[in-house]
Amino acid sequence: MNLINTIQNLGYLLASILFILGLKGLAHPRTAVRANRMGALGMLIAIVVTLVNKGMSYEYIIAGIVVGGVIGTIMALKTPMTGMPQMVALLNGFGGLASALVAGAALIELEVDPGALHASLTQVTLAIGASALIGAVTLTGSLIAFLKLQEIMTGNAILYPGQQIVKALLGAACIVLVAMIVANPANHLLYLVLCLVAALLGVLLVIPIGGADMPVVIALLNSYSGLAAAATGFVLSNNVLIIAGSLVGASGVILTMIMCKAMNRSLGNVLFGTWGAASEGAKGAGMEIYEGKVKSTSADELAMILDGVTKVVFVPGYGLAVAQAQHATRDLANVLKERGIDVKYAIHPVAGRMPGHMNVLLAEADVPYDELIEMDVINPQLAQTDVAIVLGANDVVNPVARDDPHSPIAGMPILDVDKCKTVVVVKRSLSHGFAGIPNPLFALPNTLMYFADAKKALLDTIAALKEQ
Amino acid sequence: MDPISVLVLLLTIFVLAIFVGFEIITKVPPTLHTPLMSGSNAISGIAVIGAILSAGLQHSALTAWLGFGAIVFAMINVMGGFVVTDRMLSMFKKKD
Repeated sequence: MNLINTIQNLGYLLASILFILGLKGLAHPRTAVRANRMGALGMLIAIVVTLVNKGMSYEYIIAGIVVGGVIGTIMALKTPMTGMPQMVALLNGFGGLASALVAGAALIELEVDPGALHASLTQVTLAIGASALIGAVTLTGSLIAFLKLQEIMTGNAILYPGQQIVKALLGAACIVLVAMIVANPANHLLYLVLCLVAALLGVLLVIPIGGADMPVVIALLNSYSGLAAAATGFVLSNNVLIIAGSLVGASGVILTMIMCKAMNRSLGNVLFGTWGAASEGAKGAGMEIYEGKVKSTSADELAMILDGVTKVVFVPGYGLAVAQAQHATRDLANVLKERGIDVKYAIHPVAGRMPGHMNVLLAEADVPYDELIEMDVINPQLAQTDVAIVLGANDVVNPVARDDPHSPIAGMPILDVDKCKTVVVVKRSLSHGFAGIPNPLFALPNTLMYFADAKKALLDTIAALKEQ
Repeated sequence: MDPISVLVLLLTIFVLAIFVGFEIITKVPPTLHTPLMSGSNAISGIAVIGAILSAGLQHSALTAWLGFGAIVFAMINVMGGFVVTDRMLSMFKKKD
């Protein structure tokens, strides 16, 4: 082993340590900013030590780094916080594509420079196949997720007869193609065909998944992009790729499991179930439960209710972000806090469109993170809460998930806002949430419906409070 | 080192890294799950290293171009991921 090689490997070790410390530091918001920068430093070190190889020419490298770096930075600075799920979806896809391209180049290099092989041919070709397969599925799956989230494409589940069989056949074809690449690495056409079949599989895997399940899909594709990088590590026999890829793979798997648990559904059910489609037919059904029981309220009445209470909990959902009402929510919270009222925010794990999305949206509006309370922590406190204000959330506060074992959302953990003394639901109408079922919460004796746009309702309530 | 030992060594690293990943990621609180995803996304841009080797060693014109393309997409991942994560994390503030 020569000196350059040793320095490189030590550099990769340092980069791996920085990646691990970078993710470890995300355990607390206080250490997180520094941790993320440590991860970035690790990446810089890994790139720099790679550049000092013998016999390298740098024109393509510099051009690629500049073009990609500039595009990435612009995306990162321009994307609004509401658009974060789309951006992460796109980045997942690009990560997968990069891994698949590196695998393709490695396959060609095998022939041009067989002396460069450090490991067994079977290991390298199998890893090339895996990298191309996972990378291509990640790319097109992520692009479809992006199109759905950006609402360029319908967010509804797109279903067709025999779809499970088609997907199973394509999956089997991919495995056969990987085996053929291992048996015959000189046939580069096989790599191309594998990429195309896997790309089609990626599209078909994501189009039947409805908008409500997108958080799970993004988390899963996050994991895939890591696994693709790890597979590329086996192609190049490179430790840092394997370590970084496994860390990301593990992260994506954990987030996927958390999201599934928060909806009380198995991963198989999310990927192959027809939850989104079944609910489609039920849209508008069951409205009779509201008849004669719904009480509506106004800004003046809400201001009166809020006068003299001790504890208020806001329950934000994605609708809050759509209405751009985060700042108005924080303003109302500040007015209440000035009057000595205890204000908290109850965050359901699937509030927003990706794991932790609602927390970011509220952080952007300068809501302190220690006022954002997880579901398991806030639920026992809700019985002692005077007023819960539900903003743009629906299914995650639907008591049937807890009370009716036959409901489509039975067993899904919910925020028990119905146990609060008074519940105020700010909503434009009595329409159903993603699950497509009525919400008996709206008809409870302690519930008041405030039919309005969330932002306007909050601003009017602030004005009414100030007039008192 | 013979090829089998290389494979076993790489598999060892792979499995241990997954365990490390599970241990540290389960300690990330839900409030930071979005920055976790974008930050880990940036880390998965590590494929840029393989891309740099292909684009720099230029065994053939095709591998150089494949390497170039891979660098562009991996760098979008790296810069996009780290910068957006930094932007998000700097918004998280404690009550003052």
